[in-house]
Amino acid sequence: MSSETGKILTTDGIPLEVSLKKAERKNKIKAFLLVAPLLLFLLITYIFPIGDMLMRSVDDKMVTEMLPKTFKSMEKWDGKELPSEEVFESFYLDFQKLVEEKRDGKLSTQLNYTKNGFKSILKKLRRKAKNFEEGNYKEQIMAVHQRWADVEYWRAIQRRAPAYTSQKYLKGIDMYKNEEGNIVSVEEDRRIHRILWLRTLEIAFFVTLLCFLMAYPIAHLLATLPMKYSNLLMICVLLPFWTSLLVRTASWMILLQQQGVVNDFFVMIGLVADDSRPEMMFNKTGTYVAMTQILLPFMVLPLYSVMKTISPSLMRAGKSLGGTPFVAFWKVYFPLTIPGIGAGCLLVFILAIGYYITPALVGGASGTLISNQIAFHMKSTLDWSFASAMGLMLLAGVLAIYWVYNKLVGVDNIKLG
Amino acid sequence: MALPKYTETRYRVWHYFYITICTCVFFFLIAPLFVIFPLSFNAEEFLSFSEGMKNLDPDAFSLRWYKDMIYGTKNPWGLAAKNSFIIAIFATLGSVILGTVAALGLSSRHMPYKGLIMATLISPMIVPLIISGVAIFFFMAKAGLAATHTGIVLAHIILGTPFVVITVTATLSGFDHSVTRAASSLGSDPVNTFMKITLPLILPGVISGGLFAFVTSFDEVVVVLFLAGLENTTIPIQMWTGLREQLSPTILAVATCLIILSTLILVTAELLRRRSERLRGINR
Repeated sequence: MSSETGKILTTDGIPLEVSLKKAERKNKIKAFLLVAPLLLFLLITYIFPIGDMLMRSVDDKMVTEMLPKTFKSMEKWDGKELPSEEVFESFYLDFQKLVEEKRDGKLSTQLNYTKNGFKSILKKLRRKAKNFEEGNYKEQIMAVHQRWADVEYWRAIQRRAPAYTSQKYLKGIDMYKNEEGNIVSVEEDRRIHRILWLRTLEIAFFVTLLCFLMAYPIAHLLATLPMKYSNLLMICVLLPFWTSLLVRTASWMILLQQQGVVNDFFVMIGLVADDSRPEMMFNKTGTYVAMTQILLPFMVLPLYSVMKTISPSLMRAGKSLGGTPFVAFWKVYFPLTIPGIGAGCLLVFILAIGYYITPALVGGASGTLISNQIAFHMKSTLDWSFASAMGLMLLAGVLAIYWVYNKLVGVDNIKLG
Repeated sequence: MALPKYTETRYRVWHYFYITICTCVFFFLIAPLFVIFPLSFNAEEFLSFSEGMKNLDPDAFSLRWYKDMIYGTKNPWGLAAKNSFIIAIFATLGSVILGTVAALGLSSRHMPYKGLIMATLISPMIVPLIISGVAIFFFMAKAGLAATHTGIVLAHIILGTPFVVITVTATLSGFDHSVTRAASSLGSDPVNTFMKITLPLILPGVISGGLFAFVTSFDEVVVVLFLAGLENTTIPIQMWTGLREQLSPTILAVATCLIILSTLILVTAELLRRRSERLRGINR
């Protein structure tokens, strides 16, 4: 609105607006420079490696790079009948090169993943290929073994042409691309991963529920008791919170074992006979009990910090207006605690869904979760791309939960003790 | 919590029911920790109470497992404890420095893209540990830092900084910025202002963030399991292998020491929290 002459100038004769903007920018850069070291550090050591996981999980370049000529000449092939002499020739050349570099073993392992039966015919081909004459490779290769004359095997090779694959993700939910290129489930008795996903969800859900049911009353007690008592009781929550996870798991292993304290107690009160002590560890029971106790403080602390801010006069007002204590609680107190419930449940659920140590120690075979499977593939089978794929699927789930939570409650409510 | 005399019977019953439930939950929370205590003095090689212990026979108790923990031949606890402390101390230092500086920037009102950057900075806390473990392992393997102390320290800095960022930003939210302006107007340079004015005021937040980072590092097992070689074994790794393979009472002796350590940390954290609330004038 103001005219050119009406602009306020600083003492240097620069318009105030410009000068202010300059100062603002300077402050922005200053603030950003303070954050930059940590941001850069995390980007390099943490965020990019997660991107690297993504690359690894879809990466299928190995075969693509091993058979470059073959895939080039296969581009023209329709896949209905046996490929032309040109494909055979380039396959022979690629293969010979791999044999020279001693990489043919890797190829046979990779192709065997796609279709069983490649291992033996590649071995045979390696032996015979030394004596191949120039020209007419198609017949010479087909003469090595009858499977080389089977169009199915050539189609299997062709399926490895793309440099990227969704195979690992499909495997993570027990599906695969069959030979016609349709996505189908594996046979019923081999669907191990779906069971694990469902079990992980189930355990995370029930642990969250149990934690909520146990944490609500004690958080309420802690928030309403006078300071001197509540501080003392708070130790019961904080001591486990600060104690090593492995120590707490160890104590559950001692308690729940067959000759353990809990079983001793059951025998003592006559609940079970001495010779039929129930198995409470190395199954789901163990996982539930130990995880609930370990995660309980994460539910109590957010609930407590929210309940602490609710004035007791609100309940009194509710009661004085004619509500019974139950009605006053349900209509006045409970709705006010919802942000705490949300924060606690989110925290516990996310922690539980990625749990690894406790289930591995007290879970046995029926109490293991998806994280155990990821660790297993990282360390035992060394199928890192599969571990990455499953990890990212888990991460996507966690982020989805986080997003929903943010929409419903808002992330700002999370407090740390 | 005494009930008023006029309370109706059903609410009286409900009240005692509520108190009973709370007692049970508190017992469930704290009791498991106390089982370890007596069992670590077991004279025998079992992880359950012997008849002698039940009868409080003094011969059934001994310090055998503590001796084994300290002097035992070919036992790894000494090395593990040394590694654990070295790694935790350096990781804490790194987290505190990086985290505090970042928190200073984040709580400036000029900070651009605050939400996005905050989300990135605290992401190691939100992402399940197993995924962080895999990602960090890939980085360390590429950088040639797998199975080195440096690699583990860096990994623990990643995991520890979110706690420092959160606690220090929280402390700074109640911070009166006019004191730093006063210092500058009196001729103090920014570094001096930070060391003499800001740092002493936010110190409780910094230390409690540091405690979180220390405990995170000291207790961390998932990522270390991917990264550590034989040389880099830590207490959690030794406990993990011990619990998986031969459950010996020595583990309970170690566990008892760890419980004592965590009690000390708890007391420090509580004192700091109260001091911080007093300084910030939050008295509820």
